[in-house]
Amino acid sequence: MSEPAGVLPDADLFSRDHFALFGLPRRFVIDERALESRYHELQSAAHPDRHAHRPEQERRLSMQWATRINEGYRLLRAPLTRARYLLELSGVDVGAENNTAMPADFLMQQMEWREALDEARDARDPAALDGLARSLRAARREAETLLAHELDEAHDTAAAAATVRRMMFIARLGEDIAEAHETLEN
Amino acid sequence: MALLQIAEPGESTAPHQHRLAVGIDLGTTNSLVATVRNSVPVVLNDEKGRALLPSVVRYMADGTTVVGHAAQAAQSQDPRNTVTSVKRFMGRGLADVAHVESMPYVFEDAPGMVRLRTAQGAKSPVEVSADILRALRVRAEASLGGPLTGAVITVPAYFDDAQRQATKDAAKLAGLDVLRLLNEPTAAAIAYGLDNASEGIYAVYDLGGGTFDISILKLSRGVFEVLATNGDAALGGDDFDHRLYCWLIEASRVSPPGLEDMRLLHMEARRAKEVLSAQDSVHIGLKLSSGDEIDLTLTRDQFAEMTQKLVDKTLVPTRKALRDAGLAPEDVKGVVMVGGATRMPHVQHAVGEFFGQEPLTNLDPDKVVAIGAAIQANVLAGNRAAGDDWLLLDVIPLSLGLETMGGLVEKVIPRNATIPTARAQEFTTFKDGQTAMAIHVVQGERERVSDCRSLARFELRGIPPMVAGAARIRVSFQVDADGLLSVSAREMGTGIEARIEVKPSYGLGDDEVARMLKDGFEHATEDMGARALAEQRVEAERLGEATRAALAADGDLLDSTERADIDAVLAELASAASGQDVAAIKKALDALGRATDEFAARRMNRSIQRALAGRSVESL
Repeated sequence: MSEPAGVLPDADLFSRDHFALFGLPRRFVIDERALESRYHELQSAAHPDRHAHRPEQERRLSMQWATRINEGYRLLRAPLTRARYLLELSGVDVGAENNTAMPADFLMQQMEWREALDEARDARDPAALDGLARSLRAARREAETLLAHELDEAHDTAAAAATVRRMMFIARLGEDIAEAHETLEN
Repeated sequence: MALLQIAEPGESTAPHQHRLAVGIDLGTTNSLVATVRNSVPVVLNDEKGRALLPSVVRYMADGTTVVGHAAQAAQSQDPRNTVTSVKRFMGRGLADVAHVESMPYVFEDAPGMVRLRTAQGAKSPVEVSADILRALRVRAEASLGGPLTGAVITVPAYFDDAQRQATKDAAKLAGLDVLRLLNEPTAAAIAYGLDNASEGIYAVYDLGGGTFDISILKLSRGVFEVLATNGDAALGGDDFDHRLYCWLIEASRVSPPGLEDMRLLHMEARRAKEVLSAQDSVHIGLKLSSGDEIDLTLTRDQFAEMTQKLVDKTLVPTRKALRDAGLAPEDVKGVVMVGGATRMPHVQHAVGEFFGQEPLTNLDPDKVVAIGAAIQANVLAGNRAAGDDWLLLDVIPLSLGLETMGGLVEKVIPRNATIPTARAQEFTTFKDGQTAMAIHVVQGERERVSDCRSLARFELRGIPPMVAGAARIRVSFQVDADGLLSVSAREMGTGIEARIEVKPSYGLGDDEVARMLKDGFEHATEDMGARALAEQRVEAERLGEATRAALAADGDLLDSTERADIDAVLAELASAASGQDVAAIKKALDALGRATDEFAARRMNRSIQRALAGRSVESL
């Protein structure tokens, strides 16, 4: 293997940031297939199933490592959590709770979406819910394109934080749509 | 599977002995045990060549416990002491159990989990399940010719924490070392996927005797990744029987049946259901002990119609699972059918209609789960052969959370999170000078605590008095690879900590499990002392072997003093293991654990680094 024999492994490996652990450059736009195959390779080494027949302490370590790898994968895989994590690494708190200032046009858009959701719910109209979900998906893709520019090129963390807050709103609305679907089905 | 066995890094290079491991499908109606023998997974039959062990236990007044076919045959003559479908009671209170009125048992509503009063006293569902598991262990040991190293026990994917914990306790009680609790649909996916070298998105539709699971998996190059799972832990073939049973009573206008007739009618309902999977109609002719006679004919269409609601009920979780996975029915490449209840033609038809394709029924739906479990058990026990390098990534079926103000749930880990997983949430005190905080752990998707399952309550005490909102209490959840939760709470300023394995809510503490274990041995012919010594010796050999293999592979991670320490402890362990003193072996095992802690951490780091480095070299 690649490390010279006799050299101790990196004792800080566990506390590396997620990008470093997955061997990816610290950027918003990532190679998703590389992320997935790294994930599988890391879990192939760490997963509790690989250590089930081994001593207890090794099983404990394996669970900690596998937990750590799952957490990293979860955060890096979804654009929203990846962007938040990048901002966190550069010391920017997205401040979702106490910073709700949004541009007026987005506030208008939010209201329209909310109204559309209420109407679809009241009308018990799954097709309308699907239509709303589609326009949310389009808005999310737009925000992701914007984030790629703000985070990877302009390095404008303030603008990126604002975009992330918009995406968080979109994500919450998406959950509400899913919930409305479930209510209709039950 | 390949014939050559090659050692992995960190494994012994000497050809190690084959460890006896089994997969057990602990089913509502039937249970099975399977193993991998000469690289081929096989279901182990009983002495009469039967694979299925009816999950029926009869407790006789003379202290005899009968499990399986003989118990099943006695169920209508001794319904009260003959327990069937006990899986439905695992981790459940009386209020959770459906159709109590048509069951012949005398229930006791013990805290967290019901008990059944029998001729041998009140039995917890854990004890009844343990009797079934013990019968399978005995069958396996007789067939394999030695004590088992460990077992993989399957559980419905939609089982919650209490049901999983109850299953694990039952296994412990039966003298089994649980290598892993494995979700039934995932076990089926292993058996199916490895058999067919499948790639792509697959759905596993698992309708068993008492439970329904739907799992959506992504199969790719040796990785089985569960994307989402959903289900109904109280819906299965039993409910179809029950519907038919109700119809029998209505249509024949017999008077409300007594206990024996109730059982007789249930058995007849099941028989009719099974016949209708092969024929268009079935004749039901019965003479009840009440003197009433039943003479009816039921067609397949009639049966399909009266149970259509139950079939539709399975499609609700199916839609949810697909939505959670972010997929549509047409994204699914194949639908694997599991569980005896999927033999019903109208179930197959509905599933085919929903997914727009014929479901896959080429594997025996009764055996596929046990086969998958056996394959996984073989690997987990360390009998890994070349080609056995697949990876299983499973999820937690139901969200885990904490009670917050106003009886609302704050979710800490969402459903479908890949396990093992851990999350933490911070809370604060709401009163000045508050020194304790009650922590209530719940599982479920609903907003209100009262609509979710309560898993555990504990208190963090000794918080230093502060103004309201100043304390920072961090509650951490850890879910292990069995899907079992442990929770700890810590006040961040002082580091005061409270930790709990989530168990107490269903009423079987560790002490109680220990007591049952002891009782079990007193009744059994086995000698507890001899077994304990044998077990400790096996453990000493296992750990010694594991440590020597680790030293051979990664000894360079230690300096000479560290190495000498470990060698000394190994020698102590070997000498203790050759003696008769169980406590001495235990002590030496603990010492070995402590001596190798740091070594194990370094080895793990190295293997992670290798996983990373291997890739970097490849991609350069």
